[in-house]
Amino acid sequence: MSTLEIRDLQVAVEDKEILRGVNLTVKSGETHAIMGPNGSGKSTLAYAIAGHPKYTITGGQVLLDGADLLDLSVDERARAGLFLAMQYPVEVPGVSVSNFLRSAVTAVRGEAPKLREFAKDLKNGMDALSIDAAFAQRNLNEGFSGGEKKRHEILQLELLKPKIAVLDETDSGLDVDALRVVSEGINRFRASGETGVLLITHYTRILRYVKPDFVHVFAGGRVVEQGGPELAEKLEAEGYEQYTKASA
Amino acid sequence: MGLNEKPLSTLHEKASYELADFEVPTGREEAWRFTPLSRLKGLHNGKAEPVGGVRVDIDAAPEVTVETVGRDDPRVGTSFVPTDRVSAQAWNSFEKATVITVGRETVTSRPTVLTLTGSAGEGAVYGHIVVKVEPLAEATVVLDHKGSGVYADNIEFVVGDGANLKVVSLQDWDDDAVHVSHHHAQLAKDATFRSFVVTLGGDLVRLSPSVTYTAPGGDADMSGVYFVDAGQHLEHRLLVDHSQPHCKSNVDYRGALQGQDAHAVWIGDVIIRVEAEGTDTYELNRNLILTDGARADSVPNLEILTGEVAGAGHASASGRLDDEHIFYLQARGIPHDEARRLVVRGFLGQLIEKIQIEEVRERVLGALEAELSR
Ligand SMILES: Nc1ncnc2c1ncn2[C@@H]1O[C@H](COP(=O)(O)OP(=O)(O)OP(=O)(O)O)[C@@H](O)[C@H]1O
Ligand SMILES: [Mg+2]
Repeated sequence: MSTLEIRDLQVAVEDKEILRGVNLTVKSGETHAIMGPNGSGKSTLAYAIAGHPKYTITGGQVLLDGADLLDLSVDERARAGLFLAMQYPVEVPGVSVSNFLRSAVTAVRGEAPKLREFAKDLKNGMDALSIDAAFAQRNLNEGFSGGEKKRHEILQLELLKPKIAVLDETDSGLDVDALRVVSEGINRFRASGETGVLLITHYTRILRYVKPDFVHVFAGGRVVEQGGPELAEKLEAEGYEQYTKASA
Repeated sequence: MGLNEKPLSTLHEKASYELADFEVPTGREEAWRFTPLSRLKGLHNGKAEPVGGVRVDIDAAPEVTVETVGRDDPRVGTSFVPTDRVSAQAWNSFEKATVITVGRETVTSRPTVLTLTGSAGEGAVYGHIVVKVEPLAEATVVLDHKGSGVYADNIEFVVGDGANLKVVSLQDWDDDAVHVSHHHAQLAKDATFRSFVVTLGGDLVRLSPSVTYTAPGGDADMSGVYFVDAGQHLEHRLLVDHSQPHCKSNVDYRGALQGQDAHAVWIGDVIIRVEAEGTDTYELNRNLILTDGARADSVPNLEILTGEVAGAGHASASGRLDDEHIFYLQARGIPHDEARRLVVRGFLGQLIEKIQIEEVRERVLGALEAELSR
C-alpha cells in the first residue's frame, strides 16, 4: 500500500505563481484523472512533484508514504517509487535506449539486473508495446516520433514498476492504435492493484481505455471540482468554459 | 620559391627552417592569441635550454625498422617546413631523431608503440620523429606521452602511394607538463591517413596536426578527444591543405571541460587551393562545458579558392551540459553524477569507439571515467 499526498502545494515559475494550493491524494489501486484547459498548471504539478529545477515550491507538501518528497533530489524521488511520464520526453544524444534503461533499472532496484533477464524483460516489454527491437540501439528519444516517445515512456513505466505514476498527457499525439497499445501498458501496470496512477489528460478518449476512479478538474492552478468517472462525461459534453470563467 | 608554391592562402603565411625568420610571439598574433605564452616555459622565445629529459621507449612491430639518426639524415625534414616559431625551435634544437620505416607492401602484425616519458626538472626537450610508410604498406603507430617536463617536437608521417597509416597520439601528461607538438602528415597518391588524438593531461598542450597532399586520391581522417580540467590549457590547431585534386579530409574533434579556468582551444583551418578540384572535406568541433569557469574557443576556417569542390563544410558548437537531459535521466532514478557521466560518455564515446586498438580504446574510456569521477 502506498499513498501520494499532495497538500496545499504552491509552485511558482520564474516568480510567477502557477499552482495555488493543490490538494490531492492518490492511493495504490486508484486511478485519478486530472483534466483541465491549456495552461491551467497540470504539467507544472507533474514537474513539481518530480522535482524539476525550473519550478520553485513556495508552499505545501508532497508526501509519499508519509515522507516529504520535496526534501529529496529528483533521482531520490524516482528511487522512492515515483514515476513521471513526460508530456514532451527529452532527446538525449549519445545515450542508447538499452544503456539508459539498464542504468535506470539498476538505480531503481539498487542492483544491476542479470543481463539475460534484463534482455528478456526488455524484449517482452518492447514487444507488448509494439516497439521495434532496433530502438534499443538508438539514442534515447532522438528522432523518435511523438507516438514512439510516448510508448517508450510506458516501456520505462513497466520496467521500473514505481509505486505511483504521474502520466502527463501520455495520450496526446497518439493515433487510435497507439492509444490502445499505450493504454494496455498502463492497465498492465495497474493490474497488480498495488500501484497508483495520476493521469493528466485533455480528452476523455483515453479514459475509455484506462478507467479512472476519480476525476479532478484543474483550472487556474488548483483543483476546482472532483467527482467520479461521470464528471469526465460532463466535461466532454460541456467543455471547460464554466471553470475557466470561474477561476479567472 | 617558385610561383606555384607561393602561399596564396592567408591561413599559413610563413614557412621556414630558420628560427630567425620567426619573431618571438607577443600573444597579439592570430596564431598565438589564445595561448598563454607565460606558461610555455620559454619554448617560444628561445629561453628554454635543451637540457631536460624525455625517454623514448619503442615497442615495435617485428616488420618495422627503428633507427636513431642524426640531424643530417636525408629522411629527416622531407615532408614539412616549420610554420611557427616553436616548430622551428624544435627543428633547430633536436639532436637525434627517431625514424620508423615500414617497407614497401609490408603489413604490420601489430601496432608500434612509442612511449615518451618526460622527467621533471630544469630545461626543455626538443624531439623529432619520422614515420615513413612506403608504398602499399600498412601500419599503426601509437604515441603515448606521459610524465612531466617541457617538450616541443615535430613528427613527420610520410605516407607513400596507396599506403595506410593509423596513428593514435595520447597526451596523458602529468599536471605540470608543457607540450607543443606539430604533426605533419604528407599523403602521396591514394594514401590513407587516420589520426586519433587524445589529450587529457598537461598544464599546457598545444598540438598542431597538419595534412598535406603530394598527389590525388589522398584520404585523411582526423579525430580528437580532449578532457580539460581546472587550470588546464589544451589547444588543438588543425590545418588541412588541399593542394591536389580529388583528395578527402574529415576532422572531428570533441572535448569536455570542467573546473575553473579550464580552457580548450580548437582551430580548424582547411584550405582548398585552386588546383584542388574535387576536394571533399568536412570539419567539426564540439565542446561540452560541464561547469562554470570553463571556456572553449572554437574557430573553424574554411578557405575555398576553387569553384569545383565535391563537398566542403564545417561546424562548431560549444554548449553546456543540458539540464533537461540530466533531469530526464534523474527522473528515472539515475543519480546526478551517473547521469552526467552517461551524457558525457555518450558525447565523447561515439568518437572513442572509432579507436580500433582495443587496449588503447579501453584505456581512453578508463581515463574518461577517471576524469568524470574527479
Ligand atoms: N518558464 C516559464 N515562465 C513563465 N511562465 C511559465 C513558464 N513555464 C510555464 N509557464 C506558465 O505556467 C502555466 C502553466 O503551464 P503548464 O505547462 O503547467 O500548463 P498545462 O496545464 O500543462 O498546459 P497544457 O495543457 O498546454 O499542457 C502556463 O500559463 C505557462 O505559460
Ligand atoms: Mg501540460
